Amino acid sequence: MNDILWIVIETLIKAIVIINLLLVSAAISVYLERKISAWMQNRIGPNRVGPFGLLQPFADVFKLFMKEDIIPNGANKFFHGLAPIITLGIAISVYAVIPFADPINLGGRVIQMGIAPQADIGILLVLALTSVGVFGIALAGWSSNNKYSLLGGIRSTAQMISYELSMGLAILAVIVVAGSFSLSNIVADQYSHWSGFRWNIFIQPLGFIIFFITGLAETNRAPFDLPEAEQELVSGYNTEYSGMRFGMFFLAEYANMATSSAIITLLFLGGWTLPFNPELIGLSIGSWQLGVFQFLIFVVKIYILICTMIWIRWTLPRFRYDQLMNLGWKVLLPLALINFLITGLVVLFIK
Amino acid sequence: MNITKNTASDRLSFWEKLYLPEIAKGMALTFKTMFEPKFTRSYPEEKMTPSPSFRGRPVLVVEETGGRCVACGLCSRVCPALAIEVRPGPIDAEKERMPKVFEINMLRCIFCGFCEEVCPEEAIVMSKDYELVFTSPEDAILPKDKLTVPIAQLQDRLEWLRQYR
Repeated sequence: MNDILWIVIETLIKAIVIINLLLVSAAISVYLERKISAWMQNRIGPNRVGPFGLLQPFADVFKLFMKEDIIPNGANKFFHGLAPIITLGIAISVYAVIPFADPINLGGRVIQMGIAPQADIGILLVLALTSVGVFGIALAGWSSNNKYSLLGGIRSTAQMISYELSMGLAILAVIVVAGSFSLSNIVADQYSHWSGFRWNIFIQPLGFIIFFITGLAETNRAPFDLPEAEQELVSGYNTEYSGMRFGMFFLAEYANMATSSAIITLLFLGGWTLPFNPELIGLSIGSWQLGVFQFLIFVVKIYILICTMIWIRWTLPRFRYDQLMNLGWKVLLPLALINFLITGLVVLFIK
Repeated sequence: MNITKNTASDRLSFWEKLYLPEIAKGMALTFKTMFEPKFTRSYPEEKMTPSPSFRGRPVLVVEETGGRCVACGLCSRVCPALAIEVRPGPIDAEKERMPKVFEINMLRCIFCGFCEEVCPEEAIVMSKDYELVFTSPEDAILPKDKLTVPIAQLQDRLEWLRQYR
């Protein structure tokens, strides 16, 4: 009984910490996005609120809080309110199975870094949850009772279906290499060969590219931001949202970016490991210092990927709808299938 | 009918069709742009210095001996926006008249510069002042004492007028 209570308390603490980290990380991503986009357009970017404009995202969120929350007359009020909650809730709950570091020993107790990182089906749960995330966007589009919103929602569903297949196949190839569905095991497998440098990006370069592209498509980032295409659909599924409901979609987009970067890091970039033994710099296995060190490595890798996503967004124009479908079905799906087939054959012959 | 010949995909080479090298090129360009000098001017700290041809707030030239304006009323007559009001009054000096009231309504002024062009005495010129902020419509009507500017500050505009008018 005491044990269960302890587990509940531990999980609650971890959940609060992770949600707060995620929201702060969304704020940092917003700041990075605004700064990097400004630099790429020969501008300075936000520099008025706080030193170097660092408090800009908080000012943005404060502004959104202060705004009037409008629900259109013709909207379905229940689903209109539910949609942003689904989107943000799903974006956050994916972190239930994402491990941040190796488990640490604290006062004789083994503490997992993450809420349930030892889950055997971690990556499957992530896939399942990200596909539920599209419901939020589709519902937002439908319940707004607005043609543009509906078009945005429909585009989003079609895009998700087209890209989830290739994404699943790219992940499957990684799983075949690692021989496990658990995210911790996939990271451990990358660390345990070639003196810690057998990151999956080197043995699965095609899979990495496919997963990165589909990851962009899943998070509705440019060049795949068709659901909210400003020039065509006003603002797509969030046209009729204002105030903090819009803020929730906004946060969910950045949380999704962090999620997909985290999964790419775990699957292809060796997770929280670096290609050397941490005992060389005096960090013994299981100590909390090592946990913090690995967590920082993980965060740095995630942020490199987030910056790349921002970089891509401000470089490439949006795909046309037929180009999107062509790329998804005629290019990425066959490539992912071939990649999976070759991986399977190679693994079969080596073992 | 579908177009089947000479489509965009026929015109592209294999590497261009592959997208990835082209994307890398584009990303290299944006990366390079990040380190180029910025065009933004941090306005309240760094102010623009306009060239002499700039048409800012119209002002009245004042020499050491007094104002140039003889209150002929041509500026008020030519003003397309009816922004200027001049009411003359007599003085003792050899110039016989001077404006008793000279008002420019800055909410009406369109900065066309006709007043400056038509002025026979070079008494009203466009200054470089572009920071025009008012808190009420009454404040925007500038009386004579707010319009007068010493001639020393307007030398380059007068010089420019002499050359190009």
